[in-house]
Amino acid sequence: MSTQATVHQTKWWSGGKSPFNLEYGKLMMWYFLMSDAFTFGAFLISYGSIRFSQNFWPDPNVVFNAFPGAGHQNLPLAFVSIMTFILIISSVTMVLAVHAGHKQDKRGVIKWIAWTIVGGLAFLGCQAWEWHHLLTGEHIVLADGKLEMVVQNMRGNPWGKLVENSTAITAALNNTPHETLVSLVHSQHHSNTMAELSTLSDAQLRKLVDLAEVHIREKGPVAFGGYFFGITGFHGFHVFSGVVINSIMLIMTQKNVFQNKGHYLMIEKAGLYWHFVDLVWVFVFLCFYLI
Amino acid sequence: MDHQQNLASPEMTFQHHHSDAEFRKRVRKTTILLSIITLIELGIGLTIYTIHKGANPNASLVLGFKGMVCILTLAKAYYIVSVFMHLGDEIRNMIMTIVVPLMLFIWFIIAFIADGNSYKNLRNKFDQHFKETTMPNKHHKTEAPVEKPGGKE
Repeated sequence: MSTQATVHQTKWWSGGKSPFNLEYGKLMMWYFLMSDAFTFGAFLISYGSIRFSQNFWPDPNVVFNAFPGAGHQNLPLAFVSIMTFILIISSVTMVLAVHAGHKQDKRGVIKWIAWTIVGGLAFLGCQAWEWHHLLTGEHIVLADGKLEMVVQNMRGNPWGKLVENSTAITAALNNTPHETLVSLVHSQHHSNTMAELSTLSDAQLRKLVDLAEVHIREKGPVAFGGYFFGITGFHGFHVFSGVVINSIMLIMTQKNVFQNKGHYLMIEKAGLYWHFVDLVWVFVFLCFYLI
Repeated sequence: MDHQQNLASPEMTFQHHHSDAEFRKRVRKTTILLSIITLIELGIGLTIYTIHKGANPNASLVLGFKGMVCILTLAKAYYIVSVFMHLGDEIRNMIMTIVVPLMLFIWFIIAFIADGNSYKNLRNKFDQHFKETTMPNKHHKTEAPVEKPGGKE
C-alpha cells in the first residue's frame, strides 16, 4: 500500500486525488441513492397529490388493523410497528458490519451481515403476510343498491364512507344476488360450508345475515390500492435486492475477496444501499400508516 | 497505528478517526434515539385514531398531530443519514452535493400538494355529483370496526 502512495500513480480521479476524500464507487453510490430518493419522492408526492384531490380517503387505522394469529381483533399500527423495528435493527447490524470491515475483522463482518440478511428476510415475510391479508380478506360493501363482497386490490377498495342509513342497507340486502349472500353468510358463520349454504334459499340466507354487528361501507377511492401496492412493492423490491447484494457480500467475505484486496469498501457501499432502504421505509411508514 | 497504512483505499488522503468505544457509544445512542422517536410516532398515531373515533373529531388537532409526526420523521431521516450512513463525517462540499439537489423537494411537495388541493376545490365547485357522493358524513358513528366481516385469516 505504501508504494501506491507515490506521485505518478495517484491518477485516481485523473486529477491527482479524490476531491471529496472519498472512493469513486462510494461517491457514485451516494449519487445513485440521491436519484433513487427522487424516484421514491415522486411516487410519494404523487400519492399525496391524489389524496389531496379527494374529499374522502380511507383511515389507515381502519385498513391496517390486523395482526397474524390475532383473528379479527382490531389492532391498529401493531403489525407495521414490528416491521419498522425489524428494519431499524437490521440497519444497526449493518452499521456494525461496516465497522467490523474498517477493523479488517472478517468474522465480525460475516456475523453482522448475516444478521442483516435475516432482518431483511423477516421484513419481506411480514410484507408478504400483509399483502396476502389485504388481497384475500373480503369486506361487505354497499354499491349500486346491492351488497358486494370486496377485497383490497388494484381495482377495488372496500374502505369507503360508512353507510349509516339502515333502510338503504335493508333494501340493498333484498337486491343482493344469491352468490354474494352465500359468501356473506359464510363470512359470519364459519361453521357452515359454502356448499351447504348455497343450497339454502335467498330468504333463508337473508335471515342468517347479521347486519347489526358489521360496519357496511361504500367503495373507497380506487387509487388507494394502486399507490399502496405500487409504493410498498417498489420498496419491497429494494429490500429484496438489498438482501441479494448483502448475500453476495457475505459470500465474497467468506471467500476472502476483501481480505486479499486489503479493504472492505464494498461492504460500505452495500451498507449505504441498505440504510437507504431503511430511510425510505421511514417515509413510507409516515405516508401510508401514520397520516 | 500508522496513519497511511490505516487508509482503506489509495484514493483517500486521510482517515476519520473514531475510537472503538466512541463509535459503539454513538451507535447505541442513535439506536435508542430512533426507537424512542418511533415509539412517540406510534403514540401520536394511536392518539389520532382515538380522536377519529370520538363523536366530534377536531380537524385542526388531528392536523397538528400529523404535522408533529412529519417533523419526527424528518428527525429520524437526519439521524439515519448523518450517523448510520456517515454523511455527517464527510467533507462539507461532498455533503452539499447531496443535500442541495434534495432542496428541490421543498418546491416539489408544496407545488403538487397544492395542485391536488386546487383540483379538489374546482371539482367541488363545478361537479355537484362528485361533491355529494364523496363528501364525508358530517357526524359519524364509531369508525372502529367491532369485528371485521369476512377475511379468511
